[in-house]
Amino acid sequence: MLQRLRENKSAQGTLLALPTTLWLFVLLIIPLVLTLVVSFGKRSPDGDVIYTFTLDNYVRLIGYSTDCPNGQAACFDPLYVNILVRSLTLAFNTTVLVIAMAYPLAYFIARAHPKRRNLFLFMVLIPLWTNFVIRVYAWMMLLRKEGAINVVIGWFADLLNLPFTPLEMLYTPGAVLVGMVYEFLPFMILPIYTSLEKIDNSLYEAAADLGANALKTFFRVTLPLSMPGVVAGTILVFIPVMGTFIVSDILGGRQVILVGNLIQRQFLDARDPTFGSAASLILMVMTLIVTYFYTRKFGFGEEIVAA
Amino acid sequence: MASEFAVEMRDVVKRFVTPEGNEIAAVDHVTMQIKNGEFFSMLGSSGCGKTTSLRMIAGFEWPSDGEVYIEGKPMGHTPPYQRKVNTVFQSYALFQHMSVYQNIAFGLEMEGAGADEIKKRVGRALEMVQLTGMERRKPRQLSGGQQQRVAVARALVKTPDVLLLDEPLGALDLKLRKEMQLELKALQQQLGITFIYVTHDQEEALTMSDRIAVMSKGRVQQLATPVEIYERPVNKFVADFIGESNFLEGTIKALSAKEASVFIPALNAEVKGMPMSPSLVNGEEVVVSIRPEKLRIVDGPAKGEGLFKARVVNSVYIGSDTHVYLDVHGIRLKVMEQNRISRLDPSSFYVKEQEITIYLMPENTLVLKKE
Repeated sequence: MLQRLRENKSAQGTLLALPTTLWLFVLLIIPLVLTLVVSFGKRSPDGDVIYTFTLDNYVRLIGYSTDCPNGQAACFDPLYVNILVRSLTLAFNTTVLVIAMAYPLAYFIARAHPKRRNLFLFMVLIPLWTNFVIRVYAWMMLLRKEGAINVVIGWFADLLNLPFTPLEMLYTPGAVLVGMVYEFLPFMILPIYTSLEKIDNSLYEAAADLGANALKTFFRVTLPLSMPGVVAGTILVFIPVMGTFIVSDILGGRQVILVGNLIQRQFLDARDPTFGSAASLILMVMTLIVTYFYTRKFGFGEEIVAA
Repeated sequence: MASEFAVEMRDVVKRFVTPEGNEIAAVDHVTMQIKNGEFFSMLGSSGCGKTTSLRMIAGFEWPSDGEVYIEGKPMGHTPPYQRKVNTVFQSYALFQHMSVYQNIAFGLEMEGAGADEIKKRVGRALEMVQLTGMERRKPRQLSGGQQQRVAVARALVKTPDVLLLDEPLGALDLKLRKEMQLELKALQQQLGITFIYVTHDQEEALTMSDRIAVMSKGRVQQLATPVEIYERPVNKFVADFIGESNFLEGTIKALSAKEASVFIPALNAEVKGMPMSPSLVNGEEVVVSIRPEKLRIVDGPAKGEGLFKARVVNSVYIGSDTHVYLDVHGIRLKVMEQNRISRLDPSSFYVKEQEITIYLMPENTLVLKKE
């Protein structure tokens, strides 16, 4: 038996992949199927799932209704569609901002003296040592009415004898955006750094040699060769931002509700797992569609690997 | 062309600070004049300053002292993209995200050339390096030799006054390297532009160059034609670095303008009429350099002018030649004999401990300063 296994390469491969396959099957495939089944079910009055086949939950998500307040035959309530659009917009804005902040920093680190690079990377990673939720709470301390930012601005206002009413920063879409950008910045810096660091110095010299100044070198050589990092970072940032609910919960309060919050509340507060499952699946499909078109346009970056 | 010289380095020094904090001169007061249309090589082992010199001409580094002139104009801190020179990099430095066509067109686009002109010139460049039809390939899809040609085409399409080549054939296998040597040389003659070629391969430098600068420790040891460098090395370093040499110590007993008589203790004889390097004085301790292929093993007893007795230590057959290692009064000598006759009989080869006679022609030696 062992002897035969030693000779059979494909059996070896199967054996090696087995633990992960089992893991994924139990913890991903089965739950997904359950979610799908539940999403077609009905909620019983006491919050249980009645297994049946109805599209009610999906119709509700779209906001289509035949039970209208002013007696119309059909009407449209954009409540949930708005949440989906808000989540997409926020994920998009976060990703763009994170790229804008991460790229220059990654570039700076990649071009720094090799001795200092590790120190800089270390500094990028330090925040990740603190619990995600605690970091978000820290932003709450900074942003709230009596928070550090308002206190500091207040001092300056006093100093200059200007009238100052504390800014309302917490529980705004802006606060959620700031929190998201802060949380996900390292996941963009690292892949961009990795692809920039791979670019051989002689390529910059070749570009200069052939007549390109710094700006042209950047747009014609550096940026295209570092696109794999930007693509990887985008996937690492966009997808979690679409689904997370902690940041919006803590920094957005009741004001900024995202798909993540919607799903969480359906399962925990509203006790409606059927509607929560439908929302989860819609989130997944939306993320898949965006990722699909994104990677089709930019690839996963495997075609352009630096020499 | 305004100046007689394509490139001139005047007393150029380049200092670097090592990671340990020491300052070293990678290029130490180098002066050289490279003529228009010349195939010029900088030859030396790694760390001799040849690549740093080339990079200062290209503009990737700036001299700590001294000045680089291109076509008579001092370069100062002129950036690479404002110099009429182009570089073929050791690693080729091709843009992997661009096709062959885009790689070659890059430099023309930077000049702001029109689409038609770019197409025409890229086409001509591809023809020149025999890569027509490869336009759409990515560099990764090409062999090493083809990538090398793209690198050459990409630099030449800019019609530079001077083409700088930094060990461009280092990554190729021996046979391809020899082919490319001849091709590059032919290309240079056909275009008539100046090539400055950096290499650590002496045979490559001898094959291709009009003139060679042999460098060591940041300094130019000798700057001359290949023949002069091989036949009249100016010091022991060059004699040793270029080709092989036997060195015998001795003392000058008499000398004329160009020749010296030297007493060589190892041979227990005074050899007369040997060519010598300048500025040697009577009575000076010197070394006599003798190339292995210029020593001959002869029949008969060691009696007469230039004939000496030797004992065979080892004999190595390497196909085209036989290398015979000899002992002469405790001094090792190497003799290279061409195998001009096909033979199989073992007794026709030298064997260990065999006593033989060597013939040393004074005009085949060179008297050098002892260092």
